[in-house]
Amino acid sequence: MRIAAIAGGLIFALWSGALLAFEVEDHKIYAADPQTDLLRIISTADLDAFAPIIEAYQAANPGVTVDYTIASSTELMAALYDERAAFDLAISSAMDLQTKLANDGLAQSYASAATGALPDWAKWRDQVFGFTQEPAVLVISQTFFAGTEPPRSREALINLLRNDPERFRGRIGTYDVRVSGLGYLFATQDSRNSESFWRLTELMGGLDAQLYCCSGDMISDVAGGRLAFAYNVLGSYAESRIADTAGIEIVELEDFLSVMLRTALIPNTAENVEPARAMIDFLAGLSAAPRLTAASGLPPIDEESLRENNALRPIRLGPGLLVFLDRLKRETFLRSWTSAIEQSP
Amino acid sequence: MSGRGAARSRSIRSRLVLQLAAVAAILSLAFFLIVRVVADRAAGETQDNILAASATAIADALYSVEGQVALELPYSAISMLGTISEDRVFYRVAAAGETITGYGDLPIAEPQRPGAGPAFSTYDYRGEAVRAVTVMRPVSVGARRLDVAVTVAQTQLGLAAISSRITGIATAIAVGFFLVATALSFWAAQSALAPLDRLTQSVARRGPNDLRDVVTDTPTELVPLMGALNKFIARLRTSLSRSEDLITEAAHRVRTPLATVRAQAEVTHHRLQKPEHRKAMREMIRAIDESSRSAGQLLDHAMVTFRADSQERADLDLAELLRETCERLAPTADLKDIDIVQDIPEGAMPFAGDRVLLQSALHNILDNAIKYSPPDTRITASARAGAQFELSIADNGRGFSASDHDDPTARFSRGSNVADIVGSGLGLTIADEVARNHGGALRIVSEEGEGACVSLLLPAA
Repeated sequence: MRIAAIAGGLIFALWSGALLAFEVEDHKIYAADPQTDLLRIISTADLDAFAPIIEAYQAANPGVTVDYTIASSTELMAALYDERAAFDLAISSAMDLQTKLANDGLAQSYASAATGALPDWAKWRDQVFGFTQEPAVLVISQTFFAGTEPPRSREALINLLRNDPERFRGRIGTYDVRVSGLGYLFATQDSRNSESFWRLTELMGGLDAQLYCCSGDMISDVAGGRLAFAYNVLGSYAESRIADTAGIEIVELEDFLSVMLRTALIPNTAENVEPARAMIDFLAGLSAAPRLTAASGLPPIDEESLRENNALRPIRLGPGLLVFLDRLKRETFLRSWTSAIEQSP
Repeated sequence: MSGRGAARSRSIRSRLVLQLAAVAAILSLAFFLIVRVVADRAAGETQDNILAASATAIADALYSVEGQVALELPYSAISMLGTISEDRVFYRVAAAGETITGYGDLPIAEPQRPGAGPAFSTYDYRGEAVRAVTVMRPVSVGARRLDVAVTVAQTQLGLAAISSRITGIATAIAVGFFLVATALSFWAAQSALAPLDRLTQSVARRGPNDLRDVVTDTPTELVPLMGALNKFIARLRTSLSRSEDLITEAAHRVRTPLATVRAQAEVTHHRLQKPEHRKAMREMIRAIDESSRSAGQLLDHAMVTFRADSQERADLDLAELLRETCERLAPTADLKDIDIVQDIPEGAMPFAGDRVLLQSALHNILDNAIKYSPPDTRITASARAGAQFELSIADNGRGFSASDHDDPTARFSRGSNVADIVGSGLGLTIADEVARNHGGALRIVSEEGEGACVSLLLPAA
């Protein structure tokens, strides 16, 4: 009897442990009164950014309680891919992982007038829907670059580092692509787009580049004068910080700009499909709600901007994204990157 | 229903159109099926080629390092599969059954010896049918040689889209082809049967007297029919001329001896003394009269029928014709003390018709009136011109019996109340036929015991 109870407790512990194996960063319930429906979202987006969107969504869809869980993109993947956790909507900045979810048959198809209005490059298989376009930018310190012209391309940046290496030593910031999924995504796309990526990485490694997990810390260090510039910072975060942070400037390089799309998909495990579909329609229509996008700091899909700025290269959704998720490919890439960035003196 | 079916099967045109349309339908269907099969195969081969190219590109990137098989997955090898369609893509690289990278549960297309071409197969994977290719590649690892199987699989969404697009196009073309072919078969049937129509028209257009051979330009197939038709016409021509001769012959052969017999009988009648003999002779004369009259009317009728076919029209004056008829029959009327009153206006009544026929018609009507009128009465012959010409003979005779259900103009029909009078019953038949032949009609107004009015109605030009 006791053994059975212990065994039962153990099984329960294992089961609940398995249920919550992925790591949750934050969790908030936006209750509707009276509640007629429930929408459980797992997302990588901060509450600061997403709260205005949820509130506007609830105004348009009264009665839907929104259960908002924040997790890192890796944890989100673990929750949906490995544990098949029941969420109605997955919102992530990791385009590669979202694509893998859809490719491996873990997402539901949905088509509506709103999703039909999205450009072809902003959706895949009617399962993955992009609703923001956020370029990777260079954030520079105004004091450091005072009186000089900031670099406009990667070649210019390489020349700058070559010509005056000692000035930049230890004052370069970039993602540690081994820990940051977004950093890895940007780095792999850079390596695909230009040969200059590896030269730049070598140079930055030689100049004792500082590695960060997140855009926020990099921006703070640029503003605080510890960094001369930070490479491949998420543009939308930089934009949202620029208002209350003195001393930083955003440089959009002119050779090319990798553009990350924040995407939403409805997992197979979704139990409340209707409110999830309503949310996808709502997100797909964000470009028609400029006040909302200003409040959330999430730049909406804008095909016009692509025509105006040839350098913008939205990362293409599709099987190509699976390549850098390949175990061997990832190992090789990280090995090369590590050997380039960590040059022992 | 069966009648309609029989009529349909008897029409060469509809049979021809139906058969040509059926051929067009079969060809359209065949075209549709061939296009579908060929297009499906071509689309399938395209997918196979892309898959093989992808697998080969991956196999080319295989190498060995530190005693292990290594791979740097080429970006284009996988991304090229996503350029045409939004299909799901799976891959697996395995050596000796052990997965090096990719989807560990993806079945290898089929085991095959190294060096052979890529092996394809289709199976269900992760809830969807996929097309898979496996390329075998030997990799030297140290002293060993490992056969590495590179498998790439893709769902068939794009294939289905291409297939449905081609099906749509093939359907549209097949339907269009069928419609055009059917329209053309109508035209073909029409033009094939045109000589037949021409022949029909050339025969129908001819006048009743025209018994010449048919000489329209006909295709070879219709030559036998033309020959038969012309032979038939020739026989008809012979037969008609024979009966024409017979009529003339009969007129002479019957009329002349009868006249002689009647004259002899008159002479004999004067010579006879005994009243009973004279009565018998009168009976005989009456019988001869009846025969003579019948023969005359039969010949008249035959003549009318014959002349009606030939239709010889000439300009004539109806008023004058009626006057002439009255004059000619006046002596006959006098014998019965019948007075013919002419109510004919001055001036001509011009009409284009057959003088002989019209004369015969008027003669017969007036003769009838005289015959059936009691002695010492009056007959009125009147002519009116208006929307149509109206030539009427009104008598004070016994009229037509109301019990006569039959048309008085029917051949050999006589009223039930005239058994005591000589007559053949052909008089009004002749008048009626003449009237109709001239586009007019015969009108009979009668009340029994009150007399009758018979009018010849002819259209004014």
